Formats: sequence, C-alpha cells, structure tokens
Amino acid sequence: MAEATDVALERLRTREYEYGFVTPIESDSIPPGLDEAVVRLISAKKQEPAWLLEWRLRALRRFLAMLAEGTEPTWANVRYPKIDYQKIIYYSAPKQRKTLGSLDEVDPELLRTYEKLGISLAEQKRLAGVAVDAVFDSVSVATTFKEELEKQGIIFCSFSEAVQRCPKLVREYLGSVVPYSDNFFAALNSAVFSDGSFAYIPKGVRCPMELSTYFRINAAGTGQFERTLIVADERASVSYLEGCTAPKRDEHQLHAAVVELVALDDATIKYSTVQNWYPGDKEGRGGIYNFVTKRGACRGRRSKISWTQVETGSAITWKYPSCILQGDESVGEFYSVALTNNHQQADTGTKMIHLGRGTRSTIVSKGISAGQGQQSYRGLVRIGPKAHGARNFSRCDSLLLGDRCGAHTFPYLEVKNPTATVEHEATTSKIGDDQLFYCRQRGLSEEDAVSMIVNGFCKEVFRELPMEFAVEAQNLLGLSLEGAVG
Amino acid sequence: MLEIRDLHASAGGVPILKGIDLVVRAGEVHAVMGPNASGKSTLSNVLAGRPSVEVTRGQVLFEGRDLLALPPEERAREGIFLAFQYPVEIPGVSNAYFLKAALNAVRRHRGEAELDAIEFLSLAREKMKLVEMDEKLMSRSINEGFSGGEKKRNEILQMALLEPRLAILDETDSGLDIDALRIVAGGVNALRGPARAMIVITHYQRLLDYIVPDRVHVLSGGRIVRSGGKELALELEKKGYGWVEAGPAEAR
Repeated sequence: MAEATDVALERLRTREYEYGFVTPIESDSIPPGLDEAVVRLISAKKQEPAWLLEWRLRALRRFLAMLAEGTEPTWANVRYPKIDYQKIIYYSAPKQRKTLGSLDEVDPELLRTYEKLGISLAEQKRLAGVAVDAVFDSVSVATTFKEELEKQGIIFCSFSEAVQRCPKLVREYLGSVVPYSDNFFAALNSAVFSDGSFAYIPKGVRCPMELSTYFRINAAGTGQFERTLIVADERASVSYLEGCTAPKRDEHQLHAAVVELVALDDATIKYSTVQNWYPGDKEGRGGIYNFVTKRGACRGRRSKISWTQVETGSAITWKYPSCILQGDESVGEFYSVALTNNHQQADTGTKMIHLGRGTRSTIVSKGISAGQGQQSYRGLVRIGPKAHGARNFSRCDSLLLGDRCGAHTFPYLEVKNPTATVEHEATTSKIGDDQLFYCRQRGLSEEDAVSMIVNGFCKEVFRELPMEFAVEAQNLLGLSLEGAVG
Repeated sequence: MLEIRDLHASAGGVPILKGIDLVVRAGEVHAVMGPNASGKSTLSNVLAGRPSVEVTRGQVLFEGRDLLALPPEERAREGIFLAFQYPVEIPGVSNAYFLKAALNAVRRHRGEAELDAIEFLSLAREKMKLVEMDEKLMSRSINEGFSGGEKKRNEILQMALLEPRLAILDETDSGLDIDALRIVAGGVNALRGPARAMIVITHYQRLLDYIVPDRVHVLSGGRIVRSGGKELALELEKKGYGWVEAGPAEAR
C-alpha cells in the first residue's frame, strides 16, 4: 500500500476517543470480590424476591465450579491475560436520593453526563420518538417516555423495576433463552447482574417509538453486568436500540451482558446496537472486554428477530447474537459491521438455529480491520431434522486497511434436513490503490476517500439501522455522512 | 498552461518516459498518439499524480507552478482532470454522492459555496443531457455494473461538472461502439473553450474525426518522435506506427 495511504489510515486510526471522560460523582460501591455474600448483597439492594436470589445463587455456584474447573472459554480467536474475577467490583451505583418522583430529580451531574454523550434525558430536549433507559455503571438512572408507553400497555423500565412491577413476566422469561448454565460469562452475569432494561409489548401492539438503552461505565475497577429482556407478545412489534461508552482507563474493564429476546406468534423484534466502549489506546493499553451473550427465541409462528450491530469499540469483543427459530416460518436476521483498529480484537458472528418448518435466516457480516486489529467472523447455521424447507443465506465480507491486520472466517454449517437450502459467500478485499487514486483525482482527500470506501462497504448493514443510529454509526467509523442524494 | 520539460518517469522501477517535452496552451486540444506501451498512459498518470509512477527527472509546470510537488487531490482541485481509461468501481457509494463530494471539494478550493443536494441534482441533470446519460445511473454505486459506454459517459459527466482547466482523456474511445463514441465526443466538444486545454490520448485516429485536435504528437519508446497538425493523425493512420518508430524526434 502506498505510503500516503498509511498516513491517512494513521490519522483515521489515531482519532481521539470522544467519550473517554469520567463523571465526578460519588458512588456507592461494594468491595471487589465475588462470593455468595456479594450476590446476596446485590439482591438485597434490589429488594428482590426469594426465587430470584435462589436463581442467582445457583448461577454463582455454577460459575464458581466452572472457574475452579478452568472452563473459561478459550476457543475464540482472541488473546488476553487471565482475568482475576476476585479483583472486580461487582456493584457500583451513583449516590442519589432513594426514590425519584420524576426525571427532574435525577442528579444534574448524571444528566450532564448523558448530555455530553448526546443523549438528552430532560423533558424538553428529548429525542422525539425514542424512549431512553439510561444505565450508569450498575443501575438504571432514568427512563424517558414511560407514562406515554404505559398508555398502550407497553412496559419499558429498568430490569430492577420490572422485578418489582411485573415479577410474573420476569420469572416466566428470565433465563428461558439464555439459561444461567449456558456458558461461563452467562453464568457470571446471572449471578451478579445488577440492572439493564426490560420491555414487554402486549398482544397486537406496535410500539410507537424506538426503545433504547444507553449503557455507560463510569466507575473504575468495576465490571458492568447488565441483563436485558424483551418480550414481544403475539402480533406485537418493537424496535430497540442500545449504545455504549466508557471512560479511558489504562486497565481493562469487563462488560459481560446477557440479552434475551422472545417473540411469540407473528411478533417482530428489531434489535440494534452501536457499541463504542473504550477500545484501549494505540499500544493496546486499557479498553473494555466485551464478552456478551445475546440470543433471541422466535417461539411463535411467523415471528421475526433481527439483530443489527455496529461494533467499533472495546479492546476485545466476543459476541454472537443468535436466533433460535422454533416457530414455523419464523425469520432470523443478523447484520453486522465490526471494526478493529490498533490492537483491538473481535471474534463475533451469529448462530442461526433452524428448528421449525420453513424457517429462514439471513446473515450479512462486514468486518473491517485496520492497524494491527484482528478480526474473526464465527457463524453457525444449524438446520434441525424437522426444519423442512429451511433456508439460510450468509455473506461475510472482510476489508483490510493496511498490511498488519488480519481477517478470519469460521463458518460452521450443520444441516440435518435434506430439503434445506444453505448458501455461504465470503470475500476478503483490500482498499485498492486504484480506488483511492480515483477518488483523489476527483479532489477528495485521501482520508475522505478511505471513509467513503469503508462507508460504501458497510452500506447494506447501515441501511438496516434506524435513522438516528445510522448517522451515529457512520460518524463512528469516521465517515462523512451520505447526504440526501443517492 | 502546461509545460513539460525533459520528463523521465518509471513505474515499478522500469523507465517508461525518457525525456518528454510538451507545451499546451489554454484553448488548445492536443492529441497524443502512439503504439501500445509507448508511455501514453504513464504520461497521463504522471500529470494526475498516480503514486505508483515515479518521476526520475524533469519538470512539469501548470500555470507556472511546480505540478509535481502537489498531491493528486490538490492537482484535481487546481483544475486537472483525468478521464480514466478504466474507471474504477466503488461498491456501496452512490454515483450522486461521490460526484457531489468531488464537486464540493473543488468548489471549496475555488472559494465557491458548496452545493446542497437539490442544487447538485439539478446541475447534474443538466450536465447529464450532454452525454445522454440515464438518470438512474446517479443512484447506482460508482461504475458498478456500468457498461463500458456508461463508464466513459460517466467520466465525461464528471468532467462537465468539475469544469477543469486541463482535461486529460486517457483512451476514452477504447471499448466504445460508434454511437457511444459520437456521444462521448459530443460531450467533450461541448466542453472545449478558450480557457480550457485538453490532452486526448488515443491509439486510433478514429476518435480524432470527432474531436479535432490542434496538435498531434506521436509517442514512441517514451519520447515524442513526431509532432504536427491534425493531418499527422491521418498520415499515421495510413502508414502505421512503424513509420514513426524509426524516425527522428521532432519535439516542439
């Protein structure tokens, strides 16, 4: 690659992380370490019912057993020093008044934090058409538009609140898609999860606005373990977005979330993520370990779950948003853009488990590697013996910027039904000198040219994102926004 | 406008241009002809600043300034336009978006206001008539799935939008049938003017029936071996390149 290209890439690579500030706020943190007392403490802080505490304790025992057996997963194509799980703070919450009558009572420092992140929680300046749940370290600090949504029977609140308000729903669905015993990090999350978002869309209701959660890690030395559960009842539909940022720190911080989605007959859930956790510095110091389990169950006939993710942050990303296609003719989709830069590593992809008849799935994965970034696409398509006429289409494209990065593809196909159709396409390309020269000859700077080409590469995924997020995603990749034309 | 002095250049370490001297004045159209591998495309690449071509000796002045000191995007903004022999495809980037970004980059440089989407589209529509281009091509990805003729028309459309001072057409006729050739040449002729110079690079005389040059230069072995008026192209057509390859340089 030409020398000038390297300079432009270097500039793109070394752009400052904009959200690296720390909010000066007093927090209520428990000492580092993990044992039964910690789990009991978290559960007590949240005044949880006995069944939930029991569930957490079972998860903890499972986790500690796995830890003792040394069964922390090592199959992913990522490298990091062993995590000392006894050195992590499992609960940290900003100190504020006990109960909040309205958003106006939220600590102004917290409101300012979200303003800085571009998320306005204040009544007068809210983003129209988007309800936001703001999660700060271990707790939800505010949820907007709650009352408006309630008028239609939609429940959208923090997970802790849901446990109090609708324990039956939580009990019915919690762990029903991702059991606590599912994997190492899911077990950890199930034991110590502190908050997250909960949404329930009742029968026949189309949620009138985007639901979103903005996750922010602030306190040092803490891990964030949130749990999100979204249930769309028969004929319901909802679009949900999540965004994430964290301060710049030299040490790594662990984020191990679990997301469960349930779609009943004819229900649709669209789940979009723009993940921008602190990626670490140029030398690979600091950054978030983003070890996340996300799974959706298409339980009902003709139900649909669509995952769209833009993963630009985190030192390490380990994440496979998946769909279990149980209902006949249910549909699963996965659209992903992942960017790894400097020393970032990502092992990401999806699992599409076809169980019902006539189930369909689509996978479009776009990986961009720059600097010394390493990226792996790992995807499983499994067609069960009863999934007559199931179809899958997968496309994995990798784009390399520079010659020190890597792209890897690990597709797994398991087809147990002869009537199924499975297609897999994969490409790897480098930004061509010819493409760059063509753009520059038309007067575009090399940096703009790189952005434009990368943007074009990701277009199929970006167009799946809700409008506000599509803009954010493009900016995130350091790209100029494609205007109204074209 | 353009003055090339004793230009030597290599690509991949292989010397290609071995002493080119050429003066192009505003309003003139120069044809550069020559057999394959004579250095025609290298000449256009040197002028446009392709990074893979290395200038080893000589000087190029554009409006009195040292052109070789400028990166390609600066040259483009200063008014040098290269119509590519093989226009590049860029998947996922719409033609309209690309052209608008390019036009605004050039306009910013000239101190002109940027065009918004609506202003751009109406200007683009007007220019598209010049090359009889289908409007649908504006919303497609740059050159992706375009026919050979559509790609070349797209190049001329870009030239019409960017209004360069010096346009270099690198084998714009290659791969065109006679109808497409007529349309492309019509577009080029419409852009001729007293303030604009053009260098038309071609292998065949055929294009010069439509774009009539003021001067014709024959390139062979990295040197201009003969220069003359438009009749030189006809003579060349009759006698073939073998006729000049042996002949002495007649630089101007």
